[in-house]
Amino acid sequence: MDNTTFSEPQLDSAIFLKDVSLRYRIPSESIKTFKEYIIRMVQGKIKHKSFWALRHIDLEVKHGEIFGVLGRNGAGKSTLLKVISRVLTPVEGRVWTKGNISPLLQLGAGFHPELTGRENVYLNATLLGHSRKEVDKKLEEIINFAAIGNFIEAPLRTYSSGMQARLGFSVASAWQPDILILDEVLSVGDLGFQNKCFKRMAKFRDSGATVLMVSHSIERVRELCTRALWLDHGEIKLLGQADEVCDAYEKEMSG
Amino acid sequence: MSTSIIYDSDKRKHPVIEELIALYRYRDLIYQLVRRDIVARYKRSILGVAWTMLNPLGTMLIMVVVWSQVFSREENYSAYVLTGIICWTMFSQSTSQAMHSMVWGSQLFQQIYLPRSAFVVSTIMANMVNFLLSLVPLGIILAITGVPFHASVLLVPIFMVLLFTFSLGVALIISTLAVFFPDVADLYPVVLTAWMYLTPIIMPLTFYRKILDGLLLYINPFYYIVNLFRILVLDGFVPHLMTWVATGVAAFGVLIIGWFFFCIKADSFAYNG
Repeated sequence: MDNTTFSEPQLDSAIFLKDVSLRYRIPSESIKTFKEYIIRMVQGKIKHKSFWALRHIDLEVKHGEIFGVLGRNGAGKSTLLKVISRVLTPVEGRVWTKGNISPLLQLGAGFHPELTGRENVYLNATLLGHSRKEVDKKLEEIINFAAIGNFIEAPLRTYSSGMQARLGFSVASAWQPDILILDEVLSVGDLGFQNKCFKRMAKFRDSGATVLMVSHSIERVRELCTRALWLDHGEIKLLGQADEVCDAYEKEMSG
Repeated sequence: MSTSIIYDSDKRKHPVIEELIALYRYRDLIYQLVRRDIVARYKRSILGVAWTMLNPLGTMLIMVVVWSQVFSREENYSAYVLTGIICWTMFSQSTSQAMHSMVWGSQLFQQIYLPRSAFVVSTIMANMVNFLLSLVPLGIILAITGVPFHASVLLVPIFMVLLFTFSLGVALIISTLAVFFPDVADLYPVVLTAWMYLTPIIMPLTFYRKILDGLLLYINPFYYIVNLFRILVLDGFVPHLMTWVATGVAAFGVLIIGWFFFCIKADSFAYNG
């Protein structure tokens, strides 16, 4: 696979970014209150420092590829994933994606403690953009995969954190995504459940989903990915075959 | 596989339209959020959803007993104060809750994409259900205090659309501000208290007519809302066309401003929080 940059998404593209830049605005002296904002606005004293989290990113990921993103803390890895999953809108550039993207929610987000497990499945799945009918069809499977037994009719506040995590993962991964986004290594529940998760991920991969993974572990990227990207201070330092990028990154890290 | 879903930032529509389309696509989410708001609130209590009716009933009775002592010379005062409070409760509760639901939602929309307005819309809807339920105790009290039933009550659904529209508009503005400035959440209750006393909710209408030639009334959009409700329920006639137009303009005007403000700022919500 070559790394030619295209100006338009190709037929086999899954993710296509063209000249994407994203800037976080940090007010020079943090203005936290509305009153202060009004006063400063009247005085004309609102200045924003900006900080480029991503700068001129060109990226094309092919359908079915397993793509790794490497970089130090704060290099913009998570920001890149957020741009692709539409959480953040870049100031400049074009973002193009094909197919549904599975975002993995941080565990427990979107659950309500007073509702039962079953009710929370519906709430969580609709938050992820699924319709009620789709949930009806998958309900049994979700409950079985989470393996929480009779607790499904009990309010969520009675669940252990492991049970909540299992239910959350089970909802999020019930639908085959076209693009799977993995931010850091999964650490869900006990070892048995972790293996189950990895199996499910592998199944998605084998059935043709595009996987985009962020990891600190060079070994993992080398082992799983076909291509990789090295981000440094919001810019692409190197883009190419996973081995190549891993070697270069490793060298820089040790040197 | 559903590979047909293509998202292209170059082909985005105006945020105002895009948010509307997204909201329709996520309609099942709105249903779940409304359900959660209503079910979860009373889940741990024995009386359950009955509280939706008992709560306003209790508040209303206290208000009537207390304020009737003060304004005892006003004709039909208890019915006046009841109709006022029921509208105000819906408005003030729904807008403050919408603001807090956005704060709750911010932990979600920093991780996944979903139409942010869903949180505001669903909160207002859940409160509208509560409003509908509190019409039952209102009807009972009005019957007891001897207010006759008027056929104009049948127009109350149209009034409810306007109350919903106005509350949604204000909620959108307040929630947007609260995302950027956390102190708005502390400021808003104070604003609400002031607003309540500037609106003929508790004190009789004649009191407001006296100050500033009633100017305070006519620039207050909520006056048009509560006035319409009292005409339909208490006075019992079909309001003049101008009354409808004034209320409609106030309600939809606020909604349009709120919707534009919210949608244009919505993209940057994920940066704050």
